[in-house]
Amino acid sequence: MADKFDEATQKELGAFLEKQQTEARLHQSIHTFTGMCWDKCITGTPGARFSRSEESCLSNCVERFLDTSLFMVRRIEEQRHALEAASNGKFTE
Amino acid sequence: MTDFLKSVPTDSMASRKEAVMNAIKQEVALSAAQTLMNSVNERCFKACVQKPGTSLGSSEQTCLARCQDRYLEAFNIVRKTYMSRLSKERMEDQANVI
Repeated sequence: MADKFDEATQKELGAFLEKQQTEARLHQSIHTFTGMCWDKCITGTPGARFSRSEESCLSNCVERFLDTSLFMVRRIEEQRHALEAASNGKFTE
Repeated sequence: MTDFLKSVPTDSMASRKEAVMNAIKQEVALSAAQTLMNSVNERCFKACVQKPGTSLGSSEQTCLARCQDRYLEAFNIVRKTYMSRLSKERMEDQANVI
């Protein structure tokens, strides 16, 4: 094995790797959404082109899935706040 | 995954760096392509091959070809929608900070 990379190069490679990983994660999300929304929106035999409704179903599907995930997070947070407020009322002197 | 380190010429640090970066890029691209191919196969087999016979019939092949095109199109629609949503949310976050 040749010499090790110098510190600057190691740093650069680290940053590069991180960027690639971010991109891979992004790509993975797009894959997941595509599969999920395909199953929901494309029910018949695939045609020579998408119908307008299939196309809008696909993009609505992505948007609503993201809305759903925001909704879930917000709701859990609200419940946690409510719980905290309640327990603070009980236990503080 | 570690094989590429051995095949790298050891002349200069810069060229070794390039080689590592290219190997990583290739790895990422390959894995993305594999994921996509697996999901296309699965979906299109389900959509187009209802009753598997002794060979793929020509109507099944037509369906598979269309399905593959549509799946890639769907992937692009999803990507566009997701990216524009991401950039919209990023802008809103910035507006909230300021």
